[in-house]
Amino acid sequence: MSDTLLKVRDLKIGATIYPPGEKPKDIEIVHGVSFDLAPGKVLGLIGESGAGKSTIGLASMAYGRGGVRITGGEVWVNGRDILKTGLRDVRKLRGGEVTYVSQSAAASFNPAKKIMDQVVEAAVEQKKFSRKEAEERARTLFAKLGLPDPDNIGERYPHQVSGGQLQRCMTALALCPEPDLVVFDEPTTALDVTTQIDVLMAIKEAIRDTGVAALYITHDLAVVAQVSDDIMVLKMGNTVEYGSVDQIINNPQEEYTQALVSVRSIEHEEKAPTPDPVLSVRNITARYKGTQFDVLHNVNVDLYPGQTLAVVGESGSGKSTLARVITGLLPPREGEIEFAGRTLSPDLKGRSREDLRELQMIYQMADVAMNPRQTVGTIIGRPLEFYFGMRGGEKRKRIIELLDEIELGEKFMDRYPAELSGGQKQRVCIARSLAAKPKMIICDEVTSALDPLVADGILKLLLDLQKIEDVAYLFITHDLATVRAISDNIAVMYQGKVQRYGGKSKVLSPPFDDYTDLLLSSVPEMKLGWLEEVIANRKMESAGN
Amino acid sequence: MKNIPVSALIGLFFTALYFLGAIFAPLLAPYGVGEVVGDVWEPASAEFLLGTDNIGRDLLTRMIYGGQTTIFIATAATVLSFTTGSILGFIAAEAGGWLDQAMSRFVDLIMSIPTLIFALVVLSVMPVTIPTLIVVMGLLDSTRVYRLARAVAVDIEVMDYVEAARLRGEKTTWIIFREILPNALSPLVAEMGLRFIFAVLFVSTLSFLGLGVQPPAADWGGIVKENKDGIVYGIPAALIPAFAIATLAISVNLVADWVLNRTTSLKGGRG
Amino acid sequence: MSPVFKLLAQRIALSLLLLLLISVVIFAGTMVLPGDVAQSILGQSATPEALANLRAELGVNDPPVQRYFAWLFGAIQGDLGTALTSGQDISEALASRFWNTLFLAFWAAVVAVPLAIFLGLLAVRFKDRWPDKLISGVTLASISIPEFLIGYVLMYLIAVKLRWFPSVAMINDNMSLFEKLNAIALPIAVLTLVVLAHMMRMTRAAILNVMQSAYIETAELKGLNAFQVIYRHAFPNAVAPIVNVVMLNLAYLVVGVVVIEVVFVYPGMGQYLVDHVSKRDVPVVQACGLIFAAVYIGLNMIADIVAILSNPRLRHPK
Repeated sequence: MSDTLLKVRDLKIGATIYPPGEKPKDIEIVHGVSFDLAPGKVLGLIGESGAGKSTIGLASMAYGRGGVRITGGEVWVNGRDILKTGLRDVRKLRGGEVTYVSQSAAASFNPAKKIMDQVVEAAVEQKKFSRKEAEERARTLFAKLGLPDPDNIGERYPHQVSGGQLQRCMTALALCPEPDLVVFDEPTTALDVTTQIDVLMAIKEAIRDTGVAALYITHDLAVVAQVSDDIMVLKMGNTVEYGSVDQIINNPQEEYTQALVSVRSIEHEEKAPTPDPVLSVRNITARYKGTQFDVLHNVNVDLYPGQTLAVVGESGSGKSTLARVITGLLPPREGEIEFAGRTLSPDLKGRSREDLRELQMIYQMADVAMNPRQTVGTIIGRPLEFYFGMRGGEKRKRIIELLDEIELGEKFMDRYPAELSGGQKQRVCIARSLAAKPKMIICDEVTSALDPLVADGILKLLLDLQKIEDVAYLFITHDLATVRAISDNIAVMYQGKVQRYGGKSKVLSPPFDDYTDLLLSSVPEMKLGWLEEVIANRKMESAGN
Repeated sequence: MKNIPVSALIGLFFTALYFLGAIFAPLLAPYGVGEVVGDVWEPASAEFLLGTDNIGRDLLTRMIYGGQTTIFIATAATVLSFTTGSILGFIAAEAGGWLDQAMSRFVDLIMSIPTLIFALVVLSVMPVTIPTLIVVMGLLDSTRVYRLARAVAVDIEVMDYVEAARLRGEKTTWIIFREILPNALSPLVAEMGLRFIFAVLFVSTLSFLGLGVQPPAADWGGIVKENKDGIVYGIPAALIPAFAIATLAISVNLVADWVLNRTTSLKGGRG
Repeated sequence: MSPVFKLLAQRIALSLLLLLLISVVIFAGTMVLPGDVAQSILGQSATPEALANLRAELGVNDPPVQRYFAWLFGAIQGDLGTALTSGQDISEALASRFWNTLFLAFWAAVVAVPLAIFLGLLAVRFKDRWPDKLISGVTLASISIPEFLIGYVLMYLIAVKLRWFPSVAMINDNMSLFEKLNAIALPIAVLTLVVLAHMMRMTRAAILNVMQSAYIETAELKGLNAFQVIYRHAFPNAVAPIVNVVMLNLAYLVVGVVVIEVVFVYPGMGQYLVDHVSKRDVPVVQACGLIFAAVYIGLNMIADIVAILSNPRLRHPK
């Protein structure tokens, strides 16, 4: 037996794509990747979307998703090339020697069957354990993974447990047959940040205790640094850099890896409050139509001209509801909003054109924030036309100025949104809001759907534009790294209330309240051993349990 | 207009052929529509290209005039169902609230009876004339257009770009005509093809049952009815109009399919 | 179990309400519309006295609400009134025809449903290859072809040219089951063709939808073979959509049967309805319309009930 569990050599993977209105095309998406994994070790595969990391992970089970095919190379598992053995042997491998944990446990569990049936299925089918032994083992794993009521949770159906719990059940499912290798495919990406850390810790301990080897796939270098022994950085189906965790994090050689390591290290000097806020949110309490409980309770925040207020919180904290109240889409039950020295009508209909012009909004999904039937020129030109009555050459000149400001340029004028990349789309949305010459822009999770490096570019652009245009941002996000990068003031929201509010340095320095402590300590940091430190210093249990 | 698939070309060709035939019927038809020119069920000959019908009228002439009637009724019913359905659908989506509820529940009610049964019930008391047929078919069918138009509009309504337009302060007319309509058009146009086919089949079925276009006027369903007794004697005259209906419907379907594929691929690179 | 029970009760109540409303619509549709029943029965040349007599006989002079309730309570008790044209009791005349229609629809379903599901599975198995393409081609054609064309083509080829089966489908009570089936073989074939393509395509879509779920991938990555994946993981989730497909198509069959009965001169309810529409015999039309609507609503209700019963979220609430 060799000391290499998984040996991948010159792996090439192809896919068939269907461009609209053309014949289907075969393209190569992974161009010759090689790596080794020893028993009990963890290799992190990291890259942005399109890097081919999930595809490589599934290839180690000889599986191609959709139209994906392995076109060349070798994948050796326990001393045999699984690309050369027949389907029957591959089936013995899957679910026995190699198992898989997907990003969305909610979709990966069969809704019609009990959790226990699904967790033990592979172990029993592969004749690793009898049904009884497998169930016993599953209960042990449930306990080890920190699931509540480990003896009975298996009797529930997938929809009866929470997202974070289901993700742990999926890990139990993968570990139950005592595999040699587990492929973790972004197992914590869909979770809230305070839940993520618990699942991450559970996975890490399970790997350590069972001595299983793992491929850990993620786009988040800080996360993978906590669990891996080695890291492979991938970009567009090619290996960029491959080395030990220590080397990749502390001494990256390639420019791309350096960029990934230093992502979100934008420096931004906190500005002092000025006497007159541009926006004052006063005692806002709000609820959605037809519901019985308030999603916002007595919220008070101020935003100063030319500054950034970051509103940070997890899903369900009410941060996006606050944006809807400020824009007038959801009139509050109580409280009022002062903007540029005047009290805004609670309802959108009661607001003047000037109110609307001075208060703009940028959305999370740039894809659906632009009419797919309008060109970039039309999209940016409409506010110019609508608010300033600009026409013809004058309008065109201004559109080009704005396109230059967002670093795209005149050639983008006649393109349609579908022809742009994610980052470019978000830039066009920024230009559209700037076209109105607003005093303030609400940015609702504007970087969450983007890859880290692209998101960084957008944040830098926003900061530069703030200097030029002297515009204030109300920045809504769940990501504390983003908050650190751009805010002057911070409001931490939890269950519809402002938990902590003030200048950046004050909010981010101790003493903390319990929730802020939990939230701050949950953000993965780009350093080794961070996870253990945090778990050791925890004050409050996370809400995801 | 390049890259038209062969199927769509065939569809376009036959659709155009049938429509031109309908428009220029009096110029093309060799005989008068009710003119008895030969024996009963004469086979095809140089004189009567498709033979004669059950009382000795030229079948080709009947077919050409029949096509005119069928296509006219189907087109008029489609236009009626389409305008009524899409306008009401858009209004319901944009207005929301009780108006939307009332209209949608009413449509649910009408759609809970098979269309043919409903039409038969109504036609049992209404005078069976061409305008009645158009109105009954058009209104019954508009329920389907209404549902589609409303669903499409509701989908677009929740898009952030519509919200962005509202926050900009745009008027409702701008939102309907510039933001919603351009994005709703392609599914609706493709649906129009399907509604037309349905109207052709429906009016033919009614006429075949003797409850549609009344003799001596000709329409394809009626010609099938007139000649159906010939089938048992091995005379296939009834099959000719039936084939005409099928080829027209298939042709329009091919075109509609192509329009739908073309426009969905236009709509957004990555869906 | 209580949320399921509540939903089921709601769904059944909704169907009954729907049926009640439909009865109003059918009644109003035949009474309030501008056509004068008496005039249409007697024709343009009728004398005013004859018209007045007929109107009195029809009860046209009573207020519509009163007539509606009289009709409705009669219908609930099985009394559908008498036919204007023949003076026959409608319930009596309909009884045998109703069973004949069900007999035809039943056997069409017996042939069509398994065949359609089998072919739908075949299309999934050979997705994007020729069997699948053939199926979508046939579907396109079949929604474009009027039912009576299929009827006459089969009649022309099989009954007239090949003489395998009779061209008209006359049945009576003295015939054995085999004789009856022989008589209705052609109508069954036509009805099967009419619903087959639709049912196939919808079955295909329903199964593909399930097969594309992430939990199917999970199952494959457990090393299960194709049969285990389908039997253990796809099937439990595909039952509801397939039953739904079947019910919707049976409802469609109810309409198809009207035309096919006329084509093959089959003594069922559809032909009876069509006959009396041309004779403008309003009570018969109302009765038939109500029965067809009830069957249609009932089938749709069964489809929804199966969907509710097979939804694990409802069967096992939090």
